[in-house]
Amino acid sequence: MNFDFSDDQKQLRDQARKFLAEKCSPKAVRVVLDGKTPYDKELWKGLAEMGFLGVAIPEEFGGAGAGHLELCVIAEEMGRANAPVPFSSTVYLAAEALLIAGSDAQKKKWLPAIAAGEAIGTLALFEGKGNPAPKNVKLTAANGVLSGVKKPVADGAIADFAVVAARTGSSGRDSDISLFLVDLKAGGVDVKNLTNLDPTRGQAEITFKDAKAEPLGAAGEGWSILTQVLDRAAVLCAFEQVGGADRALEMGRDYALDRIAFGRPIGSFQAVKHMLADMYVSATLARSNSYYGAWALSTKAAELPEAAAAARISATQAFQHCAKNNIQVHGGMGFTWEFDCHMYYRRANAMALGLGSLSYWEDQLIERMRKKNAA
Amino acid sequence: MNFDDTPQEAEFRETARKWIDANAPKELHAELSKSSLGRIRLANHDIVDVGKAWQKKKFEGNWACLHWPREYGGRGATPIEKVIWQQEEGVYGKLTQPFQIGEGMCGPTVMAFGSEEAKRRYLPKLASGEEIWCQLFSEPSAGSDVAGLRTRAEKKGDNWVVNGQKIWTSGAHYSDYGLLIARTDPNVPKHKGLTMFFLDMKSPGVEVRPIKQANGMQEFNEVYFTDVVIPDSQRLGAVGDGWNVSLTTLMNERMSIGARLATGVPEMFEFCSNLMLEDGLAIDDPAVRSKLASWAAKSNGLKYTSYRTISALSKGERPGPENSIGKLVSGMMLQDIATYAMDLQGAAGVLTGNDEETAQGQFQQMLLSSPSMRIAGGTDEILRNIIAERVLGLPGDIRVDKDVPYNKIPTKGR
Repeated sequence: MNFDFSDDQKQLRDQARKFLAEKCSPKAVRVVLDGKTPYDKELWKGLAEMGFLGVAIPEEFGGAGAGHLELCVIAEEMGRANAPVPFSSTVYLAAEALLIAGSDAQKKKWLPAIAAGEAIGTLALFEGKGNPAPKNVKLTAANGVLSGVKKPVADGAIADFAVVAARTGSSGRDSDISLFLVDLKAGGVDVKNLTNLDPTRGQAEITFKDAKAEPLGAAGEGWSILTQVLDRAAVLCAFEQVGGADRALEMGRDYALDRIAFGRPIGSFQAVKHMLADMYVSATLARSNSYYGAWALSTKAAELPEAAAAARISATQAFQHCAKNNIQVHGGMGFTWEFDCHMYYRRANAMALGLGSLSYWEDQLIERMRKKNAA
Repeated sequence: MNFDDTPQEAEFRETARKWIDANAPKELHAELSKSSLGRIRLANHDIVDVGKAWQKKKFEGNWACLHWPREYGGRGATPIEKVIWQQEEGVYGKLTQPFQIGEGMCGPTVMAFGSEEAKRRYLPKLASGEEIWCQLFSEPSAGSDVAGLRTRAEKKGDNWVVNGQKIWTSGAHYSDYGLLIARTDPNVPKHKGLTMFFLDMKSPGVEVRPIKQANGMQEFNEVYFTDVVIPDSQRLGAVGDGWNVSLTTLMNERMSIGARLATGVPEMFEFCSNLMLEDGLAIDDPAVRSKLASWAAKSNGLKYTSYRTISALSKGERPGPENSIGKLVSGMMLQDIATYAMDLQGAAGVLTGNDEETAQGQFQQMLLSSPSMRIAGGTDEILRNIIAERVLGLPGDIRVDKDVPYNKIPTKGR
């Protein structure tokens, strides 16, 4: 058994960490936080040059052709750095949807552009409140055009194209849903930026008015493709969340060592130590679940649906827990705009909702465990 | 990243599997599989008798205390081979319960600090299960603060004379030998006046009394010492060095990671899959699902954390204090699961008999036993201190008694 990343993969992680430490300091993140730019364009270019955007894209489509384990180690570092770029929408959602269901022509059009940092993609799934479910998809597709409204769409305002879930039937079954590719720069699309919890990652409302769309994957297969995309993204996001949780824990630990109160470092008080120990516990459980998810993802194992749900739950809980208690350890300073704690708090809570809420994934995990037990 | 054995590991696994298949007491398989949550009850057998028989067989087949050197009764196996063995031994591993303290803690301490003569005399008999060992550390007024212990050992010629009391000693009533830490100098600070010994549990003046626990069972003992004589040749380590010796014992406890901790999750999943609530099956209820999923994710997290530890072991790394999370997480989870299962049972949840509506009372039993999981072998609070100090590098507590002679430390509050 070797339940760990290889030396080459660890080296890639170090490389990514070093790159991000240099190009994605908290100061750089704040430029986006303060609304001066919708995302860090320089960083995005740099990520393309490093080969990170296309790490899991095959070479024939302009990527590095490495694999998902390599993408996992990079994802962890993106989370740790709180990177203000459309990485998850473009790489985990749009690119993975194309890899799973795209035609050769579609892959040739978009994947090399993603790897080169020239195209930003996203998934337009949600329509207001609610979790991923066929019944929540109201936007319709007919005669090659889409009509309806999607919100929130992560990075929707800066995306060049979107994978859109649309209703193509009314039987009440999963096969009512099909996926489409839409060039957001073409006509019939109205994009409005929305304010959201985490300003370092934009959210938008996209109105489709007879917008031209081409099918992605077979008609009626949309929900099944989407389920696979969400499972993959759940594992990849879990690594971002683990990276963020670890960073929040480190910030709390460092502050507890530095800050003196009652004549001693606050990290010597058990109330503070135990809070940090509990943060370590949840971050460790999340990391281990994510490793299992990475194994299932990279080997296309039948265990992926269950592994992805467990990783998602564990990592969501860990990041929320660590980000919240990091503020608590910092006391009043943790509640200032000036300290970075709130950036992780915002990111943790926004990420907890992005692919469906915690309760949605809890429901999924139980359903999948039941299926396995019944099999 | 993969779950495959190396060719050598696969060969080892195959050899172990064949041997177990040919030798294990299969007639006990069903009963052992059913006894979960750390409570082993066999209808027609005493766990010590059947345990001894299995241990002896393993010893003769060279499968006992695998990671010990051959000359002391082991196999000289690698840590990863030990893990593979435990996986293959499966439910029969439950039979090793009476020997775990000997193999995991007492034996390694004798190995590190005993004379060559002592090692050759005691270790093979420990490995074969012929002689059972217990560990005499905790005292009524020295639990988490074990260095504050009071049991006295005074030098009289070539012997030591011991007076005092130990508590929470598992298996003292069937043990042949005990590893004992006692105070040999009360005039120096508490950590400096301790010395480690081992003794014959049948020595005159040793009295073992079972403790009736909060859950109504009797698994632990109090051990009283009245003028018990221990030859100086049974001292382990230097006089006054007992604290350091005990750290070896406790570090070895951490090495025995193979023992999978019960979390209660499989039992709870099964229970919820079958329980009819007013609106349908419990497992279809969103509130039940949410809790169950969180516990399942935690329990999986523990399992994969142990896989990561095993991977580190197979690369020759030593497991560190990060392993403390296993008991910390599972102890609290057991208690929470038991409470919630009974909540789902409603009024009938109060019943502790063999009733059908309460799933034979297993969660009631779990509820009553779970507090001990959060205390024995390091309380939740001590484990959090260990994680905070040794993993995260936070400062140790301020210890007001650290440099004070032991006999000047206050013994009463208020």
